[in-house]
Amino acid sequence: MTIERESMEFDVVIVGAGPAGLSTACRLAQLAQENDTELMICVVEKGSEVGAHILSGAVMEPRAMNELFPNWKELGAPLNTPVTEDQIFLLKDEHKGRQIPNALVPKTMHNEGNYIVSLGNVCRWLAEQAEQLGVEIFPGFAASEVLYHEDGSVKGIATGDMGISEAGEQKDSYMPGMELHAKYTIFSEGCRGHLGKELMQRFDLQSDADAQHYGIGIKELWDIPAEKSEPGLVLHGAGWPMSNDTTGGFFLYHTENNQAVVGLIIDLNYSNPHLSPFDEFQRLKHHPVLKQHLEGGKRVSYGARAITKGGFNALPKMTFPGGLVLGCNAGTLNFAKIKGTHTAMKSGMVAAESIFQALSSAEQQSGNQELTTFADNFKNSWLYDELYRSRNFGPAMHKFGAIMGGAFNFVDQNIFNGKLPLTLRDNSEDHAQLKLASEAPVIDYPKPDGVLSFDKLSSVFLSNTNHEEDQLCHLKLTDAQIPLGQNLTRFAEPAQRYCPAGVYEVVEDEEGAQRFQINSQNCLHCKTCDIKDPAQNITWVVPEGAGGPNYPNM
Amino acid sequence: MKVLVAVKRVIDYNVKVRVKSDCSDVDLANTKMALNPFCEIAVEEAIRLKEKGVATEVVVVSIGDKACQEQIRTALALGADRGIQVETDQAVDSLSVAKLLKAVVAEEQPQLVILGKQSIDSDNNQTGQMLAALTAMPQATFASELTVADGKATVTREVDGGLQTLELTLPAVVTTDLRLNEPRYASLPNIMKAKRKPLDVKTPDALGVALKNNVKTLKVEPPAERQGGIVVASVDELVEKLKNEAKVIG
Ligand SMILES: Cc1cc2nc3c(=O)[nH]c(=O)nc-3n(C[C@H](O)[C@H](O)[C@H](O)COP(=O)(O)OP(=O)(O)OC[C@H]3O[C@@H](n4cnc5c(N)ncnc54)[C@H](O)[C@@H]3O)c2cc1C
Ligand code: SF4
Repeated sequence: MTIERESMEFDVVIVGAGPAGLSTACRLAQLAQENDTELMICVVEKGSEVGAHILSGAVMEPRAMNELFPNWKELGAPLNTPVTEDQIFLLKDEHKGRQIPNALVPKTMHNEGNYIVSLGNVCRWLAEQAEQLGVEIFPGFAASEVLYHEDGSVKGIATGDMGISEAGEQKDSYMPGMELHAKYTIFSEGCRGHLGKELMQRFDLQSDADAQHYGIGIKELWDIPAEKSEPGLVLHGAGWPMSNDTTGGFFLYHTENNQAVVGLIIDLNYSNPHLSPFDEFQRLKHHPVLKQHLEGGKRVSYGARAITKGGFNALPKMTFPGGLVLGCNAGTLNFAKIKGTHTAMKSGMVAAESIFQALSSAEQQSGNQELTTFADNFKNSWLYDELYRSRNFGPAMHKFGAIMGGAFNFVDQNIFNGKLPLTLRDNSEDHAQLKLASEAPVIDYPKPDGVLSFDKLSSVFLSNTNHEEDQLCHLKLTDAQIPLGQNLTRFAEPAQRYCPAGVYEVVEDEEGAQRFQINSQNCLHCKTCDIKDPAQNITWVVPEGAGGPNYPNM
Repeated sequence: MKVLVAVKRVIDYNVKVRVKSDCSDVDLANTKMALNPFCEIAVEEAIRLKEKGVATEVVVVSIGDKACQEQIRTALALGADRGIQVETDQAVDSLSVAKLLKAVVAEEQPQLVILGKQSIDSDNNQTGQMLAALTAMPQATFASELTVADGKATVTREVDGGLQTLELTLPAVVTTDLRLNEPRYASLPNIMKAKRKPLDVKTPDALGVALKNNVKTLKVEPPAERQGGIVVASVDELVEKLKNEAKVIG
């Protein structure tokens, strides 16, 4: 199929307005300004506005922000709530939980000097700074395709066509996509970017790295009674309701304006196909440790997003001719801290500095080459040091745990995942871990009470997700027979449970014939299906721009 | 011929509206805002008139604080030529909006003013009518078809049980209904160009309008929450419950 598309030329095109992409843009524009040169920089973002698709915790370490905008306070960055207290819990069962004494909490889990933020709002603010520095930001435009030069180097991206019907025909509102060409193209799509995935394969970027690992994070935002609000209070914990072979941890933060956020991250290497992350999270909120903070409150928003957590050992090569993969798209999250914002930002800043250097030197002005200086600049940055050190964090914790007993073992195993690639070289893929449905216990989840816990549909409603209905389905099955033919018989089709939005359903018609139904308009863009499908049969591609959740301050 | 289009910044139709806990208003903090869908249709219609060679200039005007410039830029990206923001951070009722628009009409002298029939936030459906009355222009509301030729606008309106076609002498006021057109998407180059199109900021003072609020919002309440259903074991139980609990049968 040859499509005539218009094209535009830029120096740098950035895919994704998250912390990584926006920091790249800001740093590049700052350097251009300082050196009196002009750079054409553009950012495309698939959300209807910057921040609409951002979902994070988030306790943010301000290190990268301090470097990027030393005067961020004066500029009004929304880092409004300093952390005042850390509490860590081990939940034993549905009634009991133990707080780990502060002295026993490892340093990386202390959050003094950090801020509780809405990462969506931080991104909105970063986007304003970028625009003031002259960066073009285009929300509502999804990068759907990587474009290559004849020599195989990356030429840029194409935005998706708009106005194509479900049947593949052009509607009245049809508007063909645009080609955006650049000397360097940055892929900062966040965890499991769909273009990033293509680039990893094409340029074999993961050949020296261990298998990547992921988690799914489900989160809610609550209005809580004013008398309960303790802005700055941070709770983390693990244990119940997950069984021993399922790792993960919860968070509950008190933020500004009488709001609190609560969430659960479950590692996607879980083995029981009957497990439903959504239902684990719903019942978790009934535990007294969490319930006391939420009771009397009202849920405001809901969403989910996968995280990349393989760390140093799983970090791919980040450069290829004509571009880079950055942030969580590559996997720069520091799992010892469960923080990926400051590291994603820093990866963007290091990339920006390397690109600016290259564009200023004669021989690389044309771009399309591999930014070889990036690897060295990255190695010399605190980012590398931090990720490298957290690689050793796991084993250190392990040893400590053996001395201190249960409490530390919990911290090691459940929060820091001591056994994940930080300690062992774990090369098993998350999607290959499921046991057969017949060999795993069925989990009987309690019914939601409509006060603390809710069903999936009323939850998805609060994500404000929406997709133009008459468009091509953005969840592609390589083989349409696999869901019923293999996944259902072997794993009771786990997509029905791991998808936090109820997108996948096995439905029966009147004659009792089964059908695999994809309610793609409910999709939250979390990417879990792309990661966890045991047959790797589902490929998430971008829907029409502006589709997807409309998260407020998530 | 110059066309003036009035547009409003409203909460995005995809966002579930939430009422503030003190019931004073809808909570707009951190919510996605957008161009009112009926206003978008009005902009699209004006641009189509320009593409047909009927209109020569399309001017968009919005009333509100600085944030509404975003919606003016959206209209400019769709193809309008220039924008006017009437700056105020007060909440303005329909009559005040109509008075401000009247002042803009006096300055701009458009042949045609197109507005959305209503905004999806306050659902008032009166600004267009008030503007027509204040300016003594003929009006056609709920337009589902519009043609302009020879100093006249022919408007088809959807009315109960059928269609009505009106002919107006220009200058005139037209408000749009949903079926008038399907707005286009703004393209990337047009969004970039829109950033450089002229956008004037005016104050109500400069337009000689003193803002006075004649309407006050006393209370905003969310719809009553649906009670959970129950399953009854028998017809007898159902009848009993309908009689004694729901009291819908005697
Ligand atoms: C539940 C949860 C809790 C977390 N808690 C914390 C915490 O407490 N502290 C912390 O520091 N970190 C935390 N993180 C991690 C942190 O959110 C991420 O590390 C960080 O957001 C990564 O930034 P990024 O820029 O790489 O990607 P993202 O933030 O994911 O941003 C990517 C952006 O790119 C856009 N995009 C993707 N693909 C395309 C495309 N093809 N075209 C156009 N646009 C596209 C997306 O819409 C998105 O806006 C948490 C994550 C989760 C899920
Ligand atoms: S369909 Fe996939 S990406 Fe969308 S919400 Fe479900 S699991 Fe997440």
